[in-house]
Amino acid sequence: MDRSRLALRGKSLDRFLSPEDGTSDNKEVALEFRDVSYRVGGNLILDKLSFRMEAGRTLVLLGRSGSGKTTALKMVNGLLFPTSGQVLVEDRPTTDWDLIQLRRGIGYVIQEVGLFPHFTISENVGLVARLQGWPPDRVKARVAELLHQVGLEPAQFLHRHPRQLSGGQRQRVGVARALAAEPKLLLFDEPFGALDPVTRVELQDQFLELRDRLRITSIFVTHDVREALRLGTEIALLCRGRLEVLTTPAEFVKSSGPEACAFMSTL
Amino acid sequence: MIPPYLLQEMAQLTGEHFVLVLSAMAIAVGAGIPLGVLLTRRASLRTPLLGFANVMQTIPSLALFGFLIPIPFIGGIGKRTAIIALVLYALLPILRNTLAGILGVDAAVRESAIAMGMTGRQLLWEVELPLAAPTILAGVRIATVTTIGTATIAAAIGAGGLGVFIFRGIASVDSTQILAGAIPAALLALLSDGGFSWIERRFSIS
Repeated sequence: MDRSRLALRGKSLDRFLSPEDGTSDNKEVALEFRDVSYRVGGNLILDKLSFRMEAGRTLVLLGRSGSGKTTALKMVNGLLFPTSGQVLVEDRPTTDWDLIQLRRGIGYVIQEVGLFPHFTISENVGLVARLQGWPPDRVKARVAELLHQVGLEPAQFLHRHPRQLSGGQRQRVGVARALAAEPKLLLFDEPFGALDPVTRVELQDQFLELRDRLRITSIFVTHDVREALRLGTEIALLCRGRLEVLTTPAEFVKSSGPEACAFMSTL
Repeated sequence: MIPPYLLQEMAQLTGEHFVLVLSAMAIAVGAGIPLGVLLTRRASLRTPLLGFANVMQTIPSLALFGFLIPIPFIGGIGKRTAIIALVLYALLPILRNTLAGILGVDAAVRESAIAMGMTGRQLLWEVELPLAAPTILAGVRIATVTTIGTATIAAAIGAGGLGVFIFRGIASVDSTQILAGAIPAALLALLSDGGFSWIERRFSIS
């Protein structure tokens, strides 16, 4: 990479959030979107989206349906690629990554959970670790540890199949599965959207607990401003593919843009 | 009840019939499932390949056996031609069910598998094929049962099998001979159907 480009990156830094402590310069940048646009046919889904994330933070992508938040998320683990611009994971564009390795290092949790119905809970959670060639004993220990972490008693759940679980339990397994191979990044696509309000709050609490304990860089997509304020260390508001606001939850409630106000009015 | 002079021939022709069906099904499954998987990956091939299999299915079986006789290498009189015709018949349900089974895998499950870093091969063997297995098996089951029936016509081009009894019975207006061919064929079909149903129950996710 040439010098002028580095300088440009340095300059663009102060546009973005460097939280509280202001020592962002020596913090590791886990993820960066650089002028990312995505076009399908005549539709611009993402319009020059730029931001960077420090390691250990939780960025919530907030927006209406069709605002491009899921599209942005899928660009991080190479399920989609920008039609222009770059997404950099650990300073490397996703187009330069070996996609299999990139994805195995990123946990992914979606609303539909997507557990493998023919695998037991144990096999579901241990999958990435197994694909990565961990010895069976280590996989087994890790699976038990993770189930415990997400609040499921291993002995009771290890050998069940996904359809024997409730929606909330399934999503807990989904989170455990995403954490299995010690990912450097976690992606959540409206993971709690299909759950009843009580279970949703339980899982949000769990998420907060894991967030503060593990400090894994996370991106969390939601259209629920309450959830965004609760879970994010930063909130990025997307509107028709554009980044409207990127700020802390504390600042977000004070923002004056029309889209931010529209979201705040739902509280 | 069964005339003793028929018994020995019945055993022999049932064996021939079984070998005809088994060879045809082995080839049809061996070709049909990989081709079906290929169709899931190459949408542009779906129309021509399924169209071909469809057309094969619409040709009356007696005519198809007849058509194949003059074709060099694969044609002629005897078992080889009959097996080829049976394979052509069995192909459609296997192809179609493989395609439908794999395309029917829950999109969220497939997306998770890809997002978790499965290679194309792992996706196929660990997720798509196991989840599509009941549908694929149903296709093989239909194909097998119809092939057992269709194989009786193979006798018309000298391939042997239980059709020999049936054609002979028709020619000599001897319903004993017709039944000597039809009943074992029906039993064979029922048995294989039962066998498949056992496999389905045995391997279903329970």
